[in-house]
Amino acid sequence: MSEMSHTTKARIDPPYDWPDYRSTAQRAPSQPLVSIDAARLRESHSPVFGEGQVEAAEADLTRQHDGQPLGERISVSGRLLDSDGRPIAGQLVELWQCNAAGRYRHAGDVHPAPLDPNFTGAGRALSGPDGTWRFVTIRPGAYPWGNHPNAWRPAHLHFSVFGRSFTERLVTQMYFPGDPLLEFDPIFNSVRDERARSRLLATFDWSSTEETWSLGYRFDLVVGGHLATPLEAPQ
Amino acid sequence: MNETPSQTIGPFFRIGLSPLALPELGLDAPGALTLVGRVYDGAEAVPDAMVEFSGAGRFVRVLSESDGSFVATVHKPVSETTSHAPSLDVSVFARGLLQRLVTRLYFPDEEEANARDAVLASVPATRRATLVAHAESDGQLRFDVYLQGQRETVFFEY
Repeated sequence: MSEMSHTTKARIDPPYDWPDYRSTAQRAPSQPLVSIDAARLRESHSPVFGEGQVEAAEADLTRQHDGQPLGERISVSGRLLDSDGRPIAGQLVELWQCNAAGRYRHAGDVHPAPLDPNFTGAGRALSGPDGTWRFVTIRPGAYPWGNHPNAWRPAHLHFSVFGRSFTERLVTQMYFPGDPLLEFDPIFNSVRDERARSRLLATFDWSSTEETWSLGYRFDLVVGGHLATPLEAPQ
Repeated sequence: MNETPSQTIGPFFRIGLSPLALPELGLDAPGALTLVGRVYDGAEAVPDAMVEFSGAGRFVRVLSESDGSFVATVHKPVSETTSHAPSLDVSVFARGLLQRLVTRLYFPDEEEANARDAVLASVPATRRATLVAHAESDGQLRFDVYLQGQRETVFFEY
């Protein structure tokens, strides 16, 4: 038996089976997961993105239509990092969200809140050489969902990122500090470790708040799954 | 430890994740294979799944249709060692999955290599077949993903 390579992926991710979030009941695997050598998975590299594949304009969700969307204009910026704190450059950051009224531009969203003709709710950006990325958008609204009586999702942005390898792939949600709905949300609270959970919260940031224009939030995306063994070639 | 935890992709990801869903990308390249499949949960087909295949320096993302089905263009990687059969690493995302599920796709015309593959060998023999795509009569490959149930696909942790 050869020694398996493990990753720095901490045991922070939520469980598959989480009864408070009802949809997990039909979708969590019922058989035990099988351990796989992370070094084998790491052979699969992430897609590579070049200049021009993602337009700079895609990162501004407030300028995709003729008019301005309704809502509180915000910028969200941060870094894409591996778990050793090293920046991941040139990787795609995908963002989607509902509008300021809490409605997604999606046929499946039946919340009786208005759509905004000036808001799609999708953005893309590439991380820069230092791992930084930035979006301009509007703060999304809270919305009701059918999980339990009077269930409301706290305001959130959805993020999808690639690290350098398959093991670093991450899809997550960013929440806003001080939201009174957080303590009641089974999805946010599926992350059991309090410190890990706090890393789903953006921080309000004066330095990126633009006078008379937009409020600034910061949110770092730190991908796990980085190999924590000497097998990792030094950089 | 400072990683950002995973959260579910939710039901409305098409808004943001469609641009990179290019199932026909690479169809003209030598060795292109058409892969069809369907995603099922414990009760029914999953109309809101995203499946990503990685390997051979290629990446393809597909979004399941209302009947849970998907079509993807894939390429069989060349194996570098005899103890590794060619395979693709697969991520499955959906509403109701708080983090992705990781599985693997092996190729049906690689019986010998599959028999020697260390990862397949680590899977209980009765469940190994869930990781091997089926050759359809029209030359397509089929890879159905069962999140639960009698035919539950093998998923990995790392």
